[in-house]
Amino acid sequence: MIEVHDLTKTYGSVTAVDHVSFTVNKGEILGFLGPNGAGKTTTMRILTGFMPATSGTARVAGFDVFNDSIEVRRRIGYLPENPPLYPEMTVESYLDFVARIKNVPADKRSGRITDALQKTSLMDKRTELIKRLSRGYKQRVGLAQALVHDPDVIILDEPTVGLDPKQIIEVRHLIKGLAGSHTIILSTHILPEVSMTCDRVVIINKGKVAAVDTPQNLTTQLKGGQKIRLEVKAPEKSLQEALAQIPGAGKIQIESPRQDGHLLATVEAVPGQDLRSQIATKVVERGWQLYELRGVSLSLEEIFLELTTDDAAHAQSTN
Amino acid sequence: MRSIYAIYRKEMSNYFVSPIAYVVIAVFLVLCAAFFNYFLTAIIQESFQMEMQGMRFGAPADFDVPTQVLRAFFGLLSTLILFFTPMLTMSVYAEERRRGTMELLMTSPVTDLQIVLGKFFASLSLFLLMVLPTASYMVFMYLRSEPRPPWALLLAGYGGVALLGGSLLALGSFMSSLTESQLIAAVLAFSADLVIWVINIFFIRGSLGQGNTVLQYLSVIHQYEDFTRGIVDTSALIYYFSFIVLFIFLTVRSVDSMRWRRA
Repeated sequence: MIEVHDLTKTYGSVTAVDHVSFTVNKGEILGFLGPNGAGKTTTMRILTGFMPATSGTARVAGFDVFNDSIEVRRRIGYLPENPPLYPEMTVESYLDFVARIKNVPADKRSGRITDALQKTSLMDKRTELIKRLSRGYKQRVGLAQALVHDPDVIILDEPTVGLDPKQIIEVRHLIKGLAGSHTIILSTHILPEVSMTCDRVVIINKGKVAAVDTPQNLTTQLKGGQKIRLEVKAPEKSLQEALAQIPGAGKIQIESPRQDGHLLATVEAVPGQDLRSQIATKVVERGWQLYELRGVSLSLEEIFLELTTDDAAHAQSTN
Repeated sequence: MRSIYAIYRKEMSNYFVSPIAYVVIAVFLVLCAAFFNYFLTAIIQESFQMEMQGMRFGAPADFDVPTQVLRAFFGLLSTLILFFTPMLTMSVYAEERRRGTMELLMTSPVTDLQIVLGKFFASLSLFLLMVLPTASYMVFMYLRSEPRPPWALLLAGYGGVALLGGSLLALGSFMSSLTESQLIAAVLAFSADLVIWVINIFFIRGSLGQGNTVLQYLSVIHQYEDFTRGIVDTSALIYYFSFIVLFIFLTVRSVDSMRWRRA
């Protein structure tokens, strides 16, 4: 549905987006994850036809975003970071305006507006002036605006920013509900959001794609895989030695003994290997007391940090 | 066409939900009425004096009061328009840019030209709505005056008002597209109008550079003066249409340039 190939955008000497390529399949939710200033908004703006790319191509539903911009815009619903609202309009008249400029035919307009209002639970606010609404409701009006013409592709720039936890959950539910019939790209710098809503993630940092995968793959396979934490009563040195002997064990971290003499150790495992039974055998062989043994998946947060800081360190060393 | 209408419709409804339009129109009409009243009394007095002189010295009293009043009034309108149009156009783009709604318009399936035209026609309609009530003075004059005011002068006068207004609205809209601040937009448009006005007063009508034909031809106001005499000159029509087209074109370029800027 969306094909981005080698997309680059420079502002003078600043490269905001640097040879970014990815594809989004029909009905999929793609998460765009990156720290602030990573180039998420710029990429989205290029996809929506707001700004042209410096080089590279992007196609939405087979149309080039630059050459067939109007065709692309017909098929896209876009919620920018700040919802583009007219405060002195009512919710309903605002949606009516958006439906008109998005070329919704007159006979379908009121149906679509009602539909968008219902999906965003705004039915009881429809005659309210937008300026009287709270931040969360304004965000929903922004979402309704992106849905009102029933577009194939919906692009949401940080859709949950500024919402309270309950609203965030509602918005995520709404987004999930839209998948399938719509193709969705959403950007965020909030990690749990990605693992909760997205089918696939593009991690972007300093304008470059750092990783593309499903949240599950990213957490389990891509980076380091599993960590194993164990709580054991043993002399620190011999524990270190014993764990290091286990084939497949990576970095071993042992925290200084607690008051009761228990040690907390973390062992990083090579991807695809489960070392828990081997560790347990080892501990028991030595006659140590094992209190806890569990596998910890590397959280998306850690992967994200690792990917983005690695990149930053790399960039610094090359400079 | 539908897209232009959608933009037009939104602009019109937004004009009338904010108090600015009402205030601007009200002040404009109060000034118009005051000046019209002043011209009417002053010119009637003058005509009485002329008549008295004529009786005393036997010269023929040939003084067409309605025509004189209309000329004075249309002359005044040009000045008022210069100072009022910036208030109608200051928010047109600046406010959309500030709120980020420009991004909505520019990612919708409408061309930049459609956006600019929709907005231009809306500001022109508002302007005509502002000027229209002054026609009631004309109705009054038509019913009460002897001789009746000449139709040609009335039509040419209002035609000139529409063209002058349209030109200055196009200019003001362009200024508004350059900035995110309504205030700066108003100041820019106002300064431009002031320059036009000053050039007209000092360099065309005044002692400096008498009869400078190039400046005369380029002056928005000088081109208008024929209309206040009831003359519709093709060159003036071409001038105004070119002026409007030029600034609409510049505004389209300016809107397009927002796509290339870093925001």
